[in-house]
Amino acid sequence: MRNSKQRQKIAFFLLFLATLLIVIPVGLIVVIIIQKGLPAINWQFLSDMPRKGMRAGGIFPAIVGTLYLVTGAIIFALPIGLFAAIYLSEYAKENFLTRVIKLAIVNLAGVPSVVYGLFGLALFVVFFKFGASILSGSLTLGIMILPIIITASREALESVPQSFREVSLSLGASKWQTIKNIVLPNAIPGILTGTILGLGRAAGETAPILFTVAAFYLPRLPASVFDQAMALPYHLYVISTQVPNVDEKIRYGTALVLLAMVLFMNLIAIIIRYQFRKKKKW
Amino acid sequence: MKMPKIITKNLNLWYGKFHALKDVNACFEDKRITAIIGPSGCGKSTLLRVFNRMNDLIEGVKMKGEVLISGANMLAKEADLVNLRKKVGMVFQRPNPFPLSIYENIVFGEKIHAEKIKKSRLEEIVEKSLDSVLLWNELKDRLNKSALSLSLEQRQRLCIARLIAVKPDILLMDEPCSALDPQSTQRIEELMRELKKNYTIIIVTHNMQQAARVSDDAGFMLLGELIEFGRTDGIFTTPQDKRTEDYITGRYG
Repeated sequence: MRNSKQRQKIAFFLLFLATLLIVIPVGLIVVIIIQKGLPAINWQFLSDMPRKGMRAGGIFPAIVGTLYLVTGAIIFALPIGLFAAIYLSEYAKENFLTRVIKLAIVNLAGVPSVVYGLFGLALFVVFFKFGASILSGSLTLGIMILPIIITASREALESVPQSFREVSLSLGASKWQTIKNIVLPNAIPGILTGTILGLGRAAGETAPILFTVAAFYLPRLPASVFDQAMALPYHLYVISTQVPNVDEKIRYGTALVLLAMVLFMNLIAIIIRYQFRKKKKW
Repeated sequence: MKMPKIITKNLNLWYGKFHALKDVNACFEDKRITAIIGPSGCGKSTLLRVFNRMNDLIEGVKMKGEVLISGANMLAKEADLVNLRKKVGMVFQRPNPFPLSIYENIVFGEKIHAEKIKKSRLEEIVEKSLDSVLLWNELKDRLNKSALSLSLEQRQRLCIARLIAVKPDILLMDEPCSALDPQSTQRIEELMRELKKNYTIIIVTHNMQQAARVSDDAGFMLLGELIEFGRTDGIFTTPQDKRTEDYITGRYG
């Protein structure tokens, strides 16, 4: 008896230790980046162009570039992802084609991001002749986050109780009316959550934008979607490895801004989900 | 004699390879309550769901035979399912209002079917429908509250009101009281007697007392077959088939 109690204690301790080990790096990342980056943050840093070969000045064009890219990715990926999710959850019959499509989506999620970068280079930059541009970068990021949006939207659609669909159809609504009036409104919080998580991912990735859009140094704002742009993750890479003698403060400041943007998006997703769970009563 | 509202002729239904309904022949008469009884899995809900073609949602369903509703065969290829379901409404086992306001629940059908949505018309529908399920006085001051704030019995009444708002001829009820307590059940049964003045009602129930109390006609099903069909008092007092007698006297079920 005593032995089994002790073993239980040891097991609990080990499990707890493992859990703790997950939290520590997250905490450390946040603490170190805030500690080292916060002194760099001021209005000028956020709103000014980089100066003196990026060793001074601000990161404004990189912030704007990232916002453009994220917006472009979502304009492209949300409708396609949502429509695909509606098709898969509401219309698709369980057959070979559907299984292939579902498998493709799972695999799309597992493709390394640098491969997306090369793919974007080949397809959008070279083949479609969009050049290295916001358009190419947005499309590449869009394809990368498609599986996130499709998976989250499908889960959201499928979590709407089947009985809602039955009632709506039994009242004489067509399938499309049922989806539009009953299924979608009840799935929107889940779809939004997935979309925002996808946005966070798109904002943080470096590899997909490396060959498709990112400018090394561009001290002006892009004028159209066919322009190159700076972006936060790539800028961080550049000032950390490619430019000598950049003040540590500026590097960590840039990282802090990027981290804050991504965490802010995730926070919004968490809030939406929480609000929805509170209201949901079925 | 009046023309029956629903006639099934040699109705057969398969879920994949499972033969769920076997040569069902029955006539359901207008402005009467017909109860379908039988043990779990006998096909009574399946039969009910043939009448508004809800079985179509299940993959691998096959149907053969004829189902004449007001004279038109609803199993024909050209059958208009949207119109069928407007004429043949269904009340489900669990009260299932949409997570919307009471008002929005009731006007759902009108909003879907009307060419033009008029606010005065919607308000009229809400009052009439709630009135016909005896909820108007209770709920008229909180139409904008969520339907999920209602009690189970009120929810089931609301579902019936939502259905009546679409102006059906036939009400299918799939164990409408099985989630309710005895008092609520009694009140829903009173409502059914009230409703049968205007509608043809078919109710599927596990509860034999309920069938005996509320129905005019009754059918007993077993393993996909309609064993016996006739006037309720006949079925319950002098069943013609040994199996009906066994079920009614509680020897299995």
